[in-house]
Amino acid sequence: MKRHALPTRLWHWLNLACVTGLFMSGLNISNAHRRLYWGEWGFAPQDAWLFVPRFPGWMTIPGHYDLAAARDWHVLLAWPFAIGLLFAWAAMMLNGHFRRDIMTSTAEWRPAAIWHDIVQHLKLDFTHHGSKYNFLQKLAYGTVLGILLPLMIATGMAISPGMDSAWPWLSEIFAGRQSARSIHFLTAWAIFAFFVIHIALVLLSGPVRQIRDMICGGEA
Amino acid sequence: MRRRAVIAGIGALFTSACSRLSDSKAGEALLSAAEDWHRKAHRLLGGHGALAREYDRADISPFFRGNGSTNPDSAEYKAAVQNGFADWRLAVRGLVNNPLSLSLADIAALPQRTQITRHDCVEGWSAIGEWTGPQLALVLEQAGLKPEARFIVFHCADRLAGKPYYESIDLADALHPQTIVAHRLNGEALPVRNGAPLRMRVERQLGYKHAKYLTAIEAVAKLDGIGQGKGGYWEDRSGYQWYAGI
Repeated sequence: MKRHALPTRLWHWLNLACVTGLFMSGLNISNAHRRLYWGEWGFAPQDAWLFVPRFPGWMTIPGHYDLAAARDWHVLLAWPFAIGLLFAWAAMMLNGHFRRDIMTSTAEWRPAAIWHDIVQHLKLDFTHHGSKYNFLQKLAYGTVLGILLPLMIATGMAISPGMDSAWPWLSEIFAGRQSARSIHFLTAWAIFAFFVIHIALVLLSGPVRQIRDMICGGEA
Repeated sequence: MRRRAVIAGIGALFTSACSRLSDSKAGEALLSAAEDWHRKAHRLLGGHGALAREYDRADISPFFRGNGSTNPDSAEYKAAVQNGFADWRLAVRGLVNNPLSLSLADIAALPQRTQITRHDCVEGWSAIGEWTGPQLALVLEQAGLKPEARFIVFHCADRLAGKPYYESIDLADALHPQTIVAHRLNGEALPVRNGAPLRMRVERQLGYKHAKYLTAIEAVAKLDGIGQGKGGYWEDRSGYQWYAGI
């Protein structure tokens, strides 16, 4: 058996391309109205809870302010992103990857066990005993796959007025369209934070082997 | 500093690859196909008649922001404001059996619908207001749509950067119960900044579809030959999506 199954590898790189494009086009869209609100509505500075900085061209798609083109990219990439995530979850449930490698046991949630994992991480000791991922990895991957990425899709759909009439309960869950928009923005940056930590840990744990294995599969 | 330059370089590379792709014919076709899939998905999930959410009086925003044209500066419009829009006419024409020319009194005499809805601008902000006016379906019924009509085009009195504003929707949205020709906002005559004396409400789409300063409603079979043929002012000028439900 390979270290990373084929569906995992395919989804990993598809998802990287989609999330990168969605994040960068999203920053261009953010530049169109640089304030965030809670509740259903908001448009004036006095309603805002956050004033968002203007993101420079090198961070955005396209590389200059163009709301129409940025939206084109954003709503195109939303398709492979959402369908890819659905595919990843189906594969993960069917091939046992979720149960075997990502699902945590009650024992792993004991404070002493969590502390032990944190200490191991700080010592840059990445040898795992018994399972593929240690608790912090399971927690990080589980949070991204199970909470952050689905939350991007759900809040994105809640912002869309066409979708809001089809599934009005969706923006009600988030307590209003502007709240859904705020959560969409915050979650995007939470995914970015995961990305930074993920890259840092890959660099610290033998990047050539890590990247090669995520392409070719590697030895289990 | 070097690392930042490298990251910026990778970003720029990705960005330029994207713009080359989107400028190509295939890229353009892909982008407009994605827009169409969203429209179909929305209608599949909600049905053609899915209603936009309606709110309570308590939810109304204290002020309704105006955007785009907020005070058309033509002499005719200024004169119309001066005499309280007494001579304003709304033409209903194109692929209809009885073209109409309606005064504001004619419009107010039709059965009215009042709805408190949320207005979502393409830029990202939202405002809630109470709109009153006859359903567009009722107006189109009076005019008698010909079977070959597929789109409804809205012509406006305002110009942006020298070009007349216009918009268009398909029949699913035109005949939708919440699509109204609004002449009142929050119980009062429509303010100039929000499109006086008449504006469209197309509640399942973004703000730029809600044409203001409405002068004519035209039924057509295709959108070619109107403006630059993309179905609306912003669609022609900046490449905004024609289906603005997302």
